[in-house]
Amino acid sequence: MFDAVQINPHSRLMTQARPTLRLLTCGSVDDGKSTLIGRLLYEQSLILDDQLAALERDSRKHGTDGANIDFALLVDGLEAEREQGITIDVAYRYVSTAKRSFIIADTPGHEQYTRNMATGASGADLAVLLVDARKGLLTQTCRHAAIVSLTGIRQVVLAVNKIDLTGFDEAGFAKIAADFRRFADALDFKTIAPIPISARHGDNISSKSANTPWYRGPALLDYLETIDVVEDGATRPLRFAVQWVNRPHLDFRGFSGTVASGTLRPGDEIAVAGSGRLSRVARIVTKDGDLRGATAGDAVTLTLADELDIARGDILCDPKNRPEVSDQFAAHLIWMSDGKLLPGRSYLMKAGTRTVPVSVTELKYRVDVNTLGELAAKTLSLNEVGFCNLATTTPIAFDPYKENHTTGAFILIDRVTNATAAAGLIAFGLRRATNIHLQGLAVAKQDRARIKHHQPAVLWFTGLSGSGKSTIANLVESGLYAHGVHTIMLDGDNVRHGLNKDLGFSEADRVENIRRIGEVAKLMTQAGLIVLCSFISPFRAERRMVRELLDGHEFIEIFVATPLEDCIARDPKGLYKKAMAGEIKNFTGIDQNYEPPEAPELIVGLDNQTAGQAAAQIVALLATRGLIDHIDDLAADWSI
Amino acid sequence: MKNPVSPHLRRLESEAMFIMREMAAEFQRPAMLYSIGKDSSAMLHLAQKAFFPSKPPFPLLHVDTTWKFREMIAFRDQAAKNAGMELLVHINKDGLKRGISPVASGSSLHTRVMKTEGLRQALDLWHFDAAFGGARRDEEKSRAKERIFSHRSAAHAWDPRNQRPELWQLYNTRIKQGESMRVFPLSNWTELDVWDYILAEDIPVVPLYLAKERPVVERDGALIMVDDERLPLRPGEVPRTERIRFRTLGCYPLTGAIRSQAATLPAMIAEMRASRTSEREGRLIDHDESGSMEKKKREGYF
Repeated sequence: MFDAVQINPHSRLMTQARPTLRLLTCGSVDDGKSTLIGRLLYEQSLILDDQLAALERDSRKHGTDGANIDFALLVDGLEAEREQGITIDVAYRYVSTAKRSFIIADTPGHEQYTRNMATGASGADLAVLLVDARKGLLTQTCRHAAIVSLTGIRQVVLAVNKIDLTGFDEAGFAKIAADFRRFADALDFKTIAPIPISARHGDNISSKSANTPWYRGPALLDYLETIDVVEDGATRPLRFAVQWVNRPHLDFRGFSGTVASGTLRPGDEIAVAGSGRLSRVARIVTKDGDLRGATAGDAVTLTLADELDIARGDILCDPKNRPEVSDQFAAHLIWMSDGKLLPGRSYLMKAGTRTVPVSVTELKYRVDVNTLGELAAKTLSLNEVGFCNLATTTPIAFDPYKENHTTGAFILIDRVTNATAAAGLIAFGLRRATNIHLQGLAVAKQDRARIKHHQPAVLWFTGLSGSGKSTIANLVESGLYAHGVHTIMLDGDNVRHGLNKDLGFSEADRVENIRRIGEVAKLMTQAGLIVLCSFISPFRAERRMVRELLDGHEFIEIFVATPLEDCIARDPKGLYKKAMAGEIKNFTGIDQNYEPPEAPELIVGLDNQTAGQAAAQIVALLATRGLIDHIDDLAADWSI
Repeated sequence: MKNPVSPHLRRLESEAMFIMREMAAEFQRPAMLYSIGKDSSAMLHLAQKAFFPSKPPFPLLHVDTTWKFREMIAFRDQAAKNAGMELLVHINKDGLKRGISPVASGSSLHTRVMKTEGLRQALDLWHFDAAFGGARRDEEKSRAKERIFSHRSAAHAWDPRNQRPELWQLYNTRIKQGESMRVFPLSNWTELDVWDYILAEDIPVVPLYLAKERPVVERDGALIMVDDERLPLRPGEVPRTERIRFRTLGCYPLTGAIRSQAATLPAMIAEMRASRTSEREGRLIDHDESGSMEKKKREGYF
């Protein structure tokens, strides 16, 4: 029979000073995890009479310990695993002592179920890693230690189990502890506590064992009851993910959610991470009355001082310490489904309360969790860990996982099967577009052109201010539109009011202005449009840059060559007058040079040509080049 | 009167509220399974907290086997009324027609037809895509491995070997047409946590949980309350009055009472702390065989 232990039915108290400890037990198969948890439950008298009776019955039927009670049977719940003698799924156990409540995730040691180990690790504060004293570190032990470290657990107990079977050998214990410290050097643990135990016989579980006089540390339970879990969530910057917009009636608009980190009080300034909009916390509403403050972990409802456009998925944050907002980032992925990772394929990403489409743009390497080395890889299979670049369809707010587990973690969901395909931990955001590889497009430019019955092109109108570029371009567009040609106009003044409103008129800003317009025009040609761009664009190099962005004959440079004197004479916006008076700097033709095109596709605006004539000439060119069908009656319509 | 809630309970409370909000936000037609017991009382209280000042955005659904204690039905109607929530009651009429009852059919068949099949009918009838219940992982071994968001096939079946991994608080709520989700906000609570919380938050519970003089017969080692005339007395059985209470509440002929003097909540909790049996002992349906709960769950029992 098992050791006699004192059973104290009153061992649970109403209140415990220390916060709940969430821990997981892991280690190789047969190292005794389930037995350890069964022993803890038994010694804390949490096994009740009827359960004990069932346990004795089951021990005779499935037990591996002869006539003795097999504690593992207490926790191996599913019939399949009881028959196979292994734990196939994460089981959660609840132990409560006078000092502390514990939530224990009992995770499988079998290699094929590593994903469940990662699941158990994801919510835990501390890991108890079991090692068989006779076998020492195994591949599985190292793999589990690596996953524990990856999931951000900083505190580890190395429970060297079955110490009785080595005759309570001190040297063997010391060697395992030293081996582990050597391996864990590359990992991110704050504390490692090696404890020699026997889960079956109870040595160093609830109390110090007389069999290991050489061991000076605490018994396992003593250690777990007293360890400080770093609950520093409250000291980190505010993060509050909006879960549910609370709108009981027109006069109340609240945002329900849980404070992920930091604290907040009424009057605190907050920012909406995605939009950057600012407001202040008006009230912290709960059913028990408004609160004077809320802290990490509190589920509350906020109202704000201003009417902001806020929806589920938004993150409210400290304006002085905001999360990153990006559509590209690097992350570790723990692959969890039978279907392999397909880079480029669209998955759903659930991060916080937000779900967005995402794809892996580059698999950098696979992590060999036994050596922590980097392996070349084209895909990830079940239980493999990789480091990847990912891109979402819309920017999301996040923190690196190391800084915030709540805002740095995500899952990937297979869009076809709805399976949870992977767990992700964000390492850092990617700001440079060079880090991303372009998504292959399933529908090509030519396919879109085919349904539009015309070819895409960019008509680039260049010339001095007041030369008539926009007037001509407008006429061309109206005519094309009237005949069912899909067009879009990008005009200098309009673009500068929106996309490029951050740019001035310095040389560098003019270059950036044209570069952005070129990229936009390119995207629109991919959509199959004929894009009319009307910009002074004084420098040859930028016009060439846009030409080179586009395919072969898509770029049609149209030089509106109206002489400077005529432009000054027209001066439709009064700009030349101001420039000549020195009120506008860097004005093309006055104090900044205009470089006329050397080989434009077309020159218009000379010899008193009217705008209508110029437009007709342009449309004729498009037809000649086979971009559009011939339109015979255009000239008549446009004889203004 | 409310008592201070320990940090442990506060953490569990926040977690349950998060789960409920997540469910309300991500499903088209959620419902709360309301079974009138202490877990349902705690859940209803948590739901009111989670959505305040709004009312919880889902109805209460009770699958009535017609064999609940009369006090439970009265309590149910009052609780829904107090919460201002819609109460839907479903009875498996086909089962009634077939004459299924715990007395005539035995616990196993009665539970399958009136509870398991009744629940499926109700979910299909009102097209609920998610239903949350008060099951806890500490209740039974197979429950310990159930997910918080637990996927069910279009036939309401649970596949324990193919459960979705559940990481952090990132619940995968995606389902296909016809499939549904069972959600368990109290997964991480223990029986004692529920009682401590009910005491601290002053939550109303069915009076049957507290000791009182009630008519009982002793049968197969269990104390069965004679709640109405439908319980056929065996030869020689004479109901006698005893001071009893119930640890769990099911169908009255299937729920064993315990002798107790605990007429108040604190007294009852103190008694339970000293208790040496698990709560399911009072439920006769689990005794059929070890692993019986897992079998029921695969078929769709909550």
